[in-house]
Amino acid sequence: MALEKITQVSGCGVFVPGDDIDTDRIIPARFMKCVTFDGLGEFAFADAKLAEKAAGRLHALDDSRFNGATILISGSNFGCGSSREHAPQALYRYGFRAIIAESFAEIFFGNSTTLGIPCVKMSKNDIADLAALIEKNPSIQVTIDLTESKVTTDDVDFAAEFSLPGHAREPLMNGRWDSIADLVDGLEDVKTRVATIPYLSC
Amino acid sequence: MGKTLLDKVWEEHTVRTLPDGRTQLLIGTHLIHEVTSPQAFGMVRDLGLKVLYPNRTFATVDHIVPTDQRAEPFSDPLADAMVKELRKNCAESGVTFFDLPSGNQGIVHIVGPEQGITQPGTTIACGDSHTSTHGAFGAIAFGIGTSQVRDVLATQTMAIGKPKVRRINVDGKLAPGVYSKDVILHIIRHLGVNGGIGYAYEFAGSTFDAFTQEERMTVCNMSIEGGARVGYVNPDETTFEYLRGRPYSPKGAEWDAAVARWKAVASDKDAVYDDIVNFKAEAILPTITWGITPGQAIFIDEAIPNPDDLPEKDRATAHEAIEHMKLTAGTPAIGIKIDVAFLGSCTNGRLSDLQEVAKHIRGRKVASHVKAIVVPGSQGVASVAEKMGLAEIFREAGFEWRGAGCSMCLGMNPDKLVGDQLCASSSNRNFKGRQGSPTGRTMLMSPIMVAAAALTGEVSDARKVFAIH
Repeated sequence: MALEKITQVSGCGVFVPGDDIDTDRIIPARFMKCVTFDGLGEFAFADAKLAEKAAGRLHALDDSRFNGATILISGSNFGCGSSREHAPQALYRYGFRAIIAESFAEIFFGNSTTLGIPCVKMSKNDIADLAALIEKNPSIQVTIDLTESKVTTDDVDFAAEFSLPGHAREPLMNGRWDSIADLVDGLEDVKTRVATIPYLSC
Repeated sequence: MGKTLLDKVWEEHTVRTLPDGRTQLLIGTHLIHEVTSPQAFGMVRDLGLKVLYPNRTFATVDHIVPTDQRAEPFSDPLADAMVKELRKNCAESGVTFFDLPSGNQGIVHIVGPEQGITQPGTTIACGDSHTSTHGAFGAIAFGIGTSQVRDVLATQTMAIGKPKVRRINVDGKLAPGVYSKDVILHIIRHLGVNGGIGYAYEFAGSTFDAFTQEERMTVCNMSIEGGARVGYVNPDETTFEYLRGRPYSPKGAEWDAAVARWKAVASDKDAVYDDIVNFKAEAILPTITWGITPGQAIFIDEAIPNPDDLPEKDRATAHEAIEHMKLTAGTPAIGIKIDVAFLGSCTNGRLSDLQEVAKHIRGRKVASHVKAIVVPGSQGVASVAEKMGLAEIFREAGFEWRGAGCSMCLGMNPDKLVGDQLCASSSNRNFKGRQGSPTGRTMLMSPIMVAAAALTGEVSDARKVFAIH
């Protein structure tokens, strides 16, 4: 299965502030009553947007200045809670191709990597600086370079290191981020292993 | 050097190391439900693959099933379509389905243990983050996304990095009126909702030794709320006694061989841990959440905190929580008016949870302004509870007695909060909108505390309401 080799993601960014943004917030459960992931994009952050509106504020995803953003930027423990893959599926279908955050919840991180969405960790200060640059100039181009482990912008002032574990970086860069092909390659070994485990072989 | 249970299970289930360094890990037992599986079956078909070991996948329906009007077709056509889709997928692939008419349907994390499918030393995966529940049996159990459900269906394996292990010791005797739910809320309060990222939690110590199997499940269930994808307790006689005689438990000579294996899989005395944290049982009091993450918890006799008094890293979320919860900093927790009381979920919807509450509410009445519902975690739990007369006790007290399912834990079925109702809930998540209304408010607590709130109409100390000393 030939997948795209993801070495770099570039595009406009949008900052959704907050820590512990859970997957219920990314895609409320009522939108999971579906048998395909198609059409989830429009419901990303649906209730968070409504809540901001009700409070007389504007959610970043409702702010036309950030229309077309492809890089989502947020706080710590992003994607915590439910294991629903509907969350990264909704973000991907909304148009996001990478996420920068202080940290990621583990299941969300894995689900996103499998979809080819790099989730890179950057420091709180660098995120604040990047958010400020985007706020000042929403059309600024943000580039996540997986080879260099750097986030840069076409504004020369900004360059920051990010971290991405090797077990996600390698498959993203080599076009093997969806692990099914590797797993299928190991099927003979699977059968051998199954035969050695008492509760499976009897 | 000794090994942890995680080391041993990992070693036994490792198929190979993948080019990216992750393990191709054999998943011995796969549990599926209607919400996260239909796309996975579709992907398996699209790839021209098939379900590799249909006898190692077990299905039930829980998330979207109504708990009151259970006759099909359901009034919600989308929910109805999802149940039919699972039925079709199971029939086509030969997967055992604990379907609604079977008498064995229920929340997947309650059905697995009660059927004896959940066993020590196994690997378990399910497209649901609360799969960590099964760790209570000394299984290594992961919540996974839909693409991984596909991987497990097609290959019985998944790609995953080995976590570190943090041993969490809780020693001593819990005071009367303090339950396993309080223990896990206390642990998350102190280690944080992201403290467990990268770790499996091994729960141990004399408090856990004394816990029943169902109490252990409540704790392991919420490991993920502390950021730990996996949580487990080493198997012991309590575990074996729970499993003895269950439908899928080994029988006869196989039972003895299995128990010997299960004993051997427990962590060695000299096992090496990446981290160890100690708690004293006596220091834990009835605990409730006041905010929008399970870590925003306080003892029942505390007041709603002032965000500005909290550590800097917690302040922004605390401010957001105060706003969403419509609470005032400094207000005592006791006395906060509730609208709904929910007793159920994969955290606290087991027979022992219902028994403990029924014991105390007999002859009492739910406050007139409170909507109170009891949702048994499975048809098995419901059936036993009904035979024992528990359902009648709940009904007489003014609780609605419902059919088995996830119900008001997650807002995917008709059981939802309305507007900004405040719910005293025995479930596991207090996220904004979690219980089905974007402005709904959730306070997590033990079943007995839910009952106390239901009866008084406000957040209360169950030890006082029920004279538990």
